[in-house]
Amino acid sequence: MTIDKTTPLANALQDKQRTIKCVIWDLDHTLWNGVLLEDEQVMPRSEILTIIKTLDSRGILQSIASKNAYEPAIQKLKEWEIMEYFLYPQINWQPKSTSISTIARALNISIDTLAFIDDQPFEREEVAFNHPDILCLDVTNIATMLDKPEMQPRFITEDSSRRRQMYMSDIKRNESEQEFQGPAEKFLASLNMIFTISIAQESDLRRAEELTLRTHQLNTTGYTYSYDELNAIRQSKRYKLYISSLDDRYGTYGKIGLTLIECTPEVWTIKLLLMSCRVLSRGVGTIMVNYIMQQAKKAGVRLQAEFVETKSNRMMYITYKFGGFKEIQRNGNNVLMEDDLSHIQSFPDYIKIIDHSMPCD
Amino acid sequence: MADIHTKTRDFINHFFPNVTIQDDQDIFTMGFINSLFAMQLVMFVESEFGITVENEDLDINNFKSINAIASLVERKAGNAA
Repeated sequence: MTIDKTTPLANALQDKQRTIKCVIWDLDHTLWNGVLLEDEQVMPRSEILTIIKTLDSRGILQSIASKNAYEPAIQKLKEWEIMEYFLYPQINWQPKSTSISTIARALNISIDTLAFIDDQPFEREEVAFNHPDILCLDVTNIATMLDKPEMQPRFITEDSSRRRQMYMSDIKRNESEQEFQGPAEKFLASLNMIFTISIAQESDLRRAEELTLRTHQLNTTGYTYSYDELNAIRQSKRYKLYISSLDDRYGTYGKIGLTLIECTPEVWTIKLLLMSCRVLSRGVGTIMVNYIMQQAKKAGVRLQAEFVETKSNRMMYITYKFGGFKEIQRNGNNVLMEDDLSHIQSFPDYIKIIDHSMPCD
Repeated sequence: MADIHTKTRDFINHFFPNVTIQDDQDIFTMGFINSLFAMQLVMFVESEFGITVENEDLDINNFKSINAIASLVERKAGNAA
């Protein structure tokens, strides 16, 4: 079996209907019946709590853009025990398009992956005018919302169902990072990070496919693989497919890394090495490269890596080059590199590495 | 061009605050060099000294010490002039 660069799947998915990553709710007459400032006893719409919980279980994030007084509105959400579902809620008197920009920036996702729900045509038009790519929905159609194709992720992984909690942990981490005085390494040490490397199991493949599609910046080749291709790769003796995860004292980052190596008796070739950009500032890409260098040295093979240069993946090029890789062949943006394995860094003290993979053959 | 040495030492000291770095000292043996530090070092050299680090310049030998970085900068700046 040979698995070469495959693009048809990625193209098919781009043509497909978009997927919403975050739903932004209005409050008065939308999340609840009535106007809070006129009636303190407002009640949530009957179907709304189910919808909020269902979206959450699908890995779709949620936030709020409401013109309201902040404290009383938050009190209501806490009273109904749904406050925790909303990230970066914007409850103020600004135009809603401004609130939506703030949310998109905070979550680091693009406007075309957002949906906005409001009962007032004026608000929907103001938002649509300033953000033509957003999906605006009228709350009167709320009953069928969950059935919309945009609200159905291609698949739901363990990582997607806990996405909100991972964002919550990120908020706490970022706060402590901003408050931290001192060198970056000291901050990394304060996180008590654990990096776990495993051979991908069948249960990891949906997440693995998702990573190949969603990751661009920390991605050495951008090759995409479908679930079926990955399943064939996983069972083939010719390939090693590693999946890695990261945890720290704030919780888990989930499965954040994928590495595919093609193994021949003399040469191992890293076809793909990617890390979610959520761990960009954690330095784990270098750790994974070092791990493979160690494994290759142990197996007594030469180590090569394919690289496809893009506008956004220079960091991975630098990771390889500073790891000691040298270009041995180049055809436009397609590069083949080799490392002579003469200098391999040992792992840093500030992170614990757990190797769950099988011994190399 | 002592300036390049001083600025580069200040930058590196930010990451290794408790050591005195000699001009010829190999910084790649001082601690774990992760991809983030590597990226920041390259971006620092580009923005601080106004040069473009090409793929072929991205070699540990050009970045392993303050002297190495200074001679890379001088070479690139000389080429541009």
